[in-house]
Amino acid sequence: MSEPILKLEDVYTNIAQYHILQGVNLEVPAGAVTMLLGRNGVGKTTTLRTIIGHWRAHRGRILLDGEDITTLPTPSIARAGVGFVPEDMGIFSDLTVEENMVLAAVSGKLDSARLDWIFQAFPPLKTFWKSEAGTLSGGQKQMLSIARAMAEERRLYLIDEPTKGLAPAIVSTMARALRDLKNQGASVLLVEQNFAVAKALGDSANVMDDGRMIWSGEMAELATDAALQERLMGLSMEAH
Amino acid sequence: MTAAPEHAPTMAKMSLADRLAPWMPLLLVPALCILGFLAIPNTGSWLTLTVAGLAMGMMIFIMASGLTLVFGLMDVINFGHGAFVSVGAFVGISVILALSHMAEAPSLMLNLIALLVAVIGAMLATGVMGWAFEKVIVEPVYGFHLKQILVTMGGLIVVEQLIIVLWGPEEIYISRPEMLKGAITFAGAALEKYRLVAVGIGLLVFAAMRLVLRHTKIGLIVRAGVQNGEMVQALGYRLRLVFIGVFIAGSALAGLGGVMWGLYQEVITAHMGNQAMILIFIVVIIGGLGSVEGCFIGALLVGLTQNYVAFLEPKLALISNIGLMVAILMWRPMGMIPVVKAK
Repeated sequence: MSEPILKLEDVYTNIAQYHILQGVNLEVPAGAVTMLLGRNGVGKTTTLRTIIGHWRAHRGRILLDGEDITTLPTPSIARAGVGFVPEDMGIFSDLTVEENMVLAAVSGKLDSARLDWIFQAFPPLKTFWKSEAGTLSGGQKQMLSIARAMAEERRLYLIDEPTKGLAPAIVSTMARALRDLKNQGASVLLVEQNFAVAKALGDSANVMDDGRMIWSGEMAELATDAALQERLMGLSMEAH
Repeated sequence: MTAAPEHAPTMAKMSLADRLAPWMPLLLVPALCILGFLAIPNTGSWLTLTVAGLAMGMMIFIMASGLTLVFGLMDVINFGHGAFVSVGAFVGISVILALSHMAEAPSLMLNLIALLVAVIGAMLATGVMGWAFEKVIVEPVYGFHLKQILVTMGGLIVVEQLIIVLWGPEEIYISRPEMLKGAITFAGAALEKYRLVAVGIGLLVFAAMRLVLRHTKIGLIVRAGVQNGEMVQALGYRLRLVFIGVFIAGSALAGLGGVMWGLYQEVITAHMGNQAMILIFIVVIIGGLGSVEGCFIGALLVGLTQNYVAFLEPKLALISNIGLMVAILMWRPMGMIPVVKAK
């Protein structure tokens, strides 16, 4: 396995009086899709939000390509090359699709070749380019949210449940776009509840429970072992 | 990359009512003017009142525009905003008094230069003051609305007392620059020259704000920050710097409004900003928090309503703007063009 682009070492995160992350250890290899799995409320979203700096780690270290980013402010982490797709999509609903994308191009203008690639992956964004993002459907908003992260080349993509609540056709679109991202050699940390998508995209998998990492290994190993799935996540994910 | 042919999107055809809905607040201003025209029997009086209302509205807009952005972007309830109005007026009027040879000369050019220098001085002073106010008073209470109200009101009181220390406790009566005194007659209406200048400056400020907010990257960041500051930061923008910039710009605009309001009323006091805050808050609320366009329309409605009602039924003038606010909030509870959604 290649050198990790992201490494979490014994990370603790508290939110008010709640101790959400309790010693998370995680490695995200470069150029691969790493799945973060687990039941609801075990700390997957908190892990992503702690990496991007929305919430501060109270203990432990977060290393991006060996550089300690634990205490960096969110904009510095983003400018270091971390793209973030939050669970709630974070769309600027009063801005047009174009304005959302322009804003995502932090270092300058949108690259036209990259934009063509995004339009191929998500055709509705071209159709509604001049429309307010608030008028898009849920699936289109999710496409915009991912497209925004893809607006520039990032060293690492943090993507939180991109297929949540979407129709099967749109889930397929999302999965294809993420696979293309993967084929381009991107490094992705992906939180995903849809096990079929996780199985199709993931190279490695990490399972969380109660604020800790309880299992790490190859996605293929987890995907083929129903007993392991049941033991780790309390139910057979194959049913999903 | 693989295409996704399964769902070819189409644009839904909106009904006429849906298409008109965003423009409805904008139509209120001409509708109110027409209503005034029908209610006021004399065309000359109506035109005079309309220009007076628009001028008053423009000045309120200039004072309120910064506050609505501060509300929207920073989620800060700044009851101390009136302090910038007062300081702007005192600094600006002091500059005009120091340049009295230019302000009193019978030359429009010299008068406008004096006014411009006064405005620049006032905006610089209130801009710097805004930076200090944000750093010392506002920054420690981000996220705590009750504390913001208390501490910014405290800041207002301190600034008012400092004005009294520096300029004395008495009201200062002033006269406008020579060529801006008096009125011109048009279509049987007496239109005060200063009010026409105020309308022009107000339109310029509105156009400049729209230009910045709609057509520049910094404007895009501000508009996005009003909606979702956390995501703006996750894209890599330092919202804290934008916060400070907006606070300084809002304070400087309040300073500009203070100079104009002082010259409009021809008297300035340490409490003038505090007194103007009632109108400023009404405008910010009916416009919709965070919306410059809503603030502009709201200010014009407030100015026109106050002038028409004062002419038609003077006893109702004091409550006319409260009535306007109630009516608009019953129609649109979040204000006419809300940018900040309920939190």
